[in-house]
Amino acid sequence: MSRLRTLVLLPLLASLGSCSMVVMNPSGDVAAQQRDLLVISTALMLIVIIPVMALTIFFAWRYRQSNREARYEPDWDHSTHLELVIWAVPLLIIICLGAVTWMGTHLLDPYRPIGRVAAGKSLTPGARPLEVEVVALDWKWLFIYPEYGVAAINELAAPVDRPITFRITSASVMNSFYVPALAGQIYAMPGMETKLHAVINKSGDYEGFSANYSGAGFSGMRFAFHGLNDADFQAWVAKAKDGGGKLDRSSYLELERPSENEPARRYASIQSDLYKAVLNMCVEPGKMCMSEMTQIDAKGGLGLAGIYNTVPLLYDKFARRGTVFGPAPSYVASICTTEEALAAATNAAQPALPTTFTPILGAGLQRPPAMSIRLPSRSATGAFRSPFNS
Amino acid sequence: MFDNPTLLKAIFGRLTLESLPLHEPIVVATFVVVALGGITLVGALSYFRLWSYLWREWFTSVDHKRIGVMYMVLGIVMLLRGFSDAIMMRLQQAMAFGGSEGYLNSHHYDQIFTAHGVIMIFFVAMPLVTGLMNFVVPLQIGARDVSFPFLNNFSFWMTAGGAVIVMMSLFVGEFARTGWLAYPPLSSIGYSPDVGVDYYIWALQVAGVGTLLSGVNLVCTIVKMRAPGMTMMRMPIFTWTALCTNVLIVAAFPVLTAVLALLSLDRYVGTNFFTNDFGGNPMMYVNLIWIWGHPEVYILILPAFGIFSEVTSTFCGKRLFGYTSMVYATIVITILSYLVWLHHFFTMGSGASVNSFFGITTMIISIPTGAKIFNWLFTMYRGRIRFELPMMWTVAFMLTFVVGGMTGVLLAVPPADFVLHNSLFLVAHFHNVIIGGVLFGLFAGISYWFPKAFGFRLDPFWGKMSFWFWIVGFWFAFMPLYILGLMGVTRRLRVFDDPSLQIWFIIAAFGAFLILLGILSFLIQIFVSVRRREDLRDDTGDPWDGRTLEWATASPPPAYNFAFTPVIHDGDAWADMKKRGYQRPLTGFRDIHMPRNTGAGVILAGLSVVLAVALIWYIWWLAIVSFVALIGYAIAHTFNYDRDFHIASSDVTRVEDERTRLLTANGQVG
Repeated sequence: MSRLRTLVLLPLLASLGSCSMVVMNPSGDVAAQQRDLLVISTALMLIVIIPVMALTIFFAWRYRQSNREARYEPDWDHSTHLELVIWAVPLLIIICLGAVTWMGTHLLDPYRPIGRVAAGKSLTPGARPLEVEVVALDWKWLFIYPEYGVAAINELAAPVDRPITFRITSASVMNSFYVPALAGQIYAMPGMETKLHAVINKSGDYEGFSANYSGAGFSGMRFAFHGLNDADFQAWVAKAKDGGGKLDRSSYLELERPSENEPARRYASIQSDLYKAVLNMCVEPGKMCMSEMTQIDAKGGLGLAGIYNTVPLLYDKFARRGTVFGPAPSYVASICTTEEALAAATNAAQPALPTTFTPILGAGLQRPPAMSIRLPSRSATGAFRSPFNS
Repeated sequence: MFDNPTLLKAIFGRLTLESLPLHEPIVVATFVVVALGGITLVGALSYFRLWSYLWREWFTSVDHKRIGVMYMVLGIVMLLRGFSDAIMMRLQQAMAFGGSEGYLNSHHYDQIFTAHGVIMIFFVAMPLVTGLMNFVVPLQIGARDVSFPFLNNFSFWMTAGGAVIVMMSLFVGEFARTGWLAYPPLSSIGYSPDVGVDYYIWALQVAGVGTLLSGVNLVCTIVKMRAPGMTMMRMPIFTWTALCTNVLIVAAFPVLTAVLALLSLDRYVGTNFFTNDFGGNPMMYVNLIWIWGHPEVYILILPAFGIFSEVTSTFCGKRLFGYTSMVYATIVITILSYLVWLHHFFTMGSGASVNSFFGITTMIISIPTGAKIFNWLFTMYRGRIRFELPMMWTVAFMLTFVVGGMTGVLLAVPPADFVLHNSLFLVAHFHNVIIGGVLFGLFAGISYWFPKAFGFRLDPFWGKMSFWFWIVGFWFAFMPLYILGLMGVTRRLRVFDDPSLQIWFIIAAFGAFLILLGILSFLIQIFVSVRRREDLRDDTGDPWDGRTLEWATASPPPAYNFAFTPVIHDGDAWADMKKRGYQRPLTGFRDIHMPRNTGAGVILAGLSVVLAVALIWYIWWLAIVSFVALIGYAIAHTFNYDRDFHIASSDVTRVEDERTRLLTANGQVG
């Protein structure tokens, strides 16, 4: 019998083995611990699930109508002992599972810096984690390496066994940053920052993607994750540096326009405050950052005066905010501090605005001809009159 | 005149010829088929002169039994639409490999998965559950009707109105491309400027009014209209679960209404509740929608638990094991269902303590649910089980649902959720509990109570065909999704790179095809049963040797349900009456006071649909006209004093004598 069962199970297991269950067989320590919890919880629950399934089949067979051998007690409907067992057994299992959950959730909190590199392998004292700033764009991923001053689209690389700290946000809608081989996912949300601490233990090429539907180009929102040894990682950074290309505010505004299935590419240099500006939704010059707004609000706000501090919105990356009954689209203008006045003066010389102004729909599809969207006003020469350079 | 854009815009709003999806061949073909089917149906109804009959006896009916049946018909029709979406998705995902784009573009595919979720939850599961509660609850508690019969009719038509709006989006304009819960910012006017999200909002708002009012109605009915002697702890278990479900509806649906109202304000008047840059926050939407959304899951599953309890006890020929603990388990689930909503977004960056709290409260729900499973198990123990169709569904449920429950608890462990959230594992899990729990329950309920509603049983052969196709199809369709989830495949993807995944999607598509055969068998079952109704007829009113009060009256029950209100002495009221040798009263009937039919529900719901369509397409003049008409008609209806009538005692005597004749012909007296 048992040999027969093995024979039946073998091809099934073989077929399961042939498919790569990355969640069950990850290459990063965090994901491995998450996998362990998954297995432990399943095992704990099977303690009660298997007997229940077996008993269901057994009772259904044993007490079938045609079996006159079985006892029939139509009025038997209560047993305190049984009730005790019925409630106690699941309760005990849930107490165990609850304890496991409490510990596991705190230990594997994505905000908590990791405590070890791998099982039995502690952190090198004094080693700095690799910092990566992640921006989910429509529909591609931007990875910024502040330590190295480089950035990459749809390509992420990290040295093996060095802790990584991700700071994650989104430029448009909600996405979820997920590399199954590395660690569990966390959402990328506009105007908000989430964090993830992880480490990769084996070199290799892995897959990452967005795990939350974000619009038409969602299926193509994938990126390669390279786990590299130190030398290869340095070579990767050097290659990025040699490749040229600068990611500043104006090229970012070009980049954030919706596009699908973007090939991987790199930028040799980055504007240092770019991630902060994306997070605070103020990459466009002259727009007040959310961090400033919250600071003003924390000090009591501007009162009614605040409502005058808005500027009509002429350009935005989507045909947005123009609701039928709403006020004309506008945004909160930044308040001039000394630095901002200087920045504004620099910007006036070189307007950090994109070169094309075709409004597009969020879905990245052809705009139906019937829907007219107000274009930004243009002067006779066709040049855009920006409020910032007049 | 017709080339003046301003005039056209004033008359038609956003609606233009381009709004018709003539460029989508699949939609055009569907439209042709639906139109032909519709014309045939209308033609047939006209030919057989059924319109007046339908209007008088069904559409305007305030009889809870007829309204219940109409809910069921609505649910089954919408199941066909929702399932068409499902099989299109399965086909697309099975095809779109190796550089192939499949056969659906993203504009179409993204609408399909959104519509599938919305339709299956709001317009299939909800109407079927509400329909069964509507039909069964008043009979089980020995009442003549629900507390507010007109409100019941109005609720049904509002639900149907919501379904009409969703169906309209298929052929005029488009549906939302946001996923079934329409998270902002994706559902904001900036990212979804088209009519899709507006269709979503107004379909749910119109249907939501119906659901909420029907919840109020049933709570009131159960609390106030039970037969004398039926204390709370003597109520049938299905009535208990119906009570808890409707309490959940009354408490949860206003939250959905509010959150959708806030979203519409964002979309129509430019408020900023869910935008970041003017002080709002999309997380508020996510929290609010799940504070409704999680109880919604229990709104669907609790009545299914009730059905399984009734079926198990009846077909095991035995009192339900642990009635009291079953009732308390139901109440505990009702309360706990409000304390778990955050488990839908562990991955949105809450702290570890918050996540653990919500993870553990979620696991705690599995304790009363587990107790219920054990109670059914021990009801089977020392029973004498008749494997009729309802019992087959119940055993299949017990074996299927525990797997879904296990994966559910697994997903409640936050670190495990971090790797499985939004994956196909999750999709497999909730289909495992909704199909394996709710849908199996509904099929058990339909085959159990069908003879009560129509006086003849459903054909067992086609029922078994449907059963086996569903069961096998379910395992084929969703086990591959569990595996794909563990392979790190996320949901709502339209195209794939990795060719090793394809085989699993092909297996899943095969499973969906088996389920299609299951649905077809179900339809054939109904057709065959109607054809063979004389063979399948049941004159006793009690074909299964039932235990609760609904089996005490005739099948189909007379308009007044019970000629005399029964007096209750025991939990299993009818089993108790049979055991004590109950004699049906044969004389002394009196006039029975009944509510009168009215067309007001149809008209009010119709006006609501017009208002919704006007708001969706920005046709402001029509919105104003229909809104004024809606309010005006509602006020006018309050002056309608012709709301009730009496069934004469002579009529009651005639109906009861006929039943006596049938019972004696069958050699029965009771």
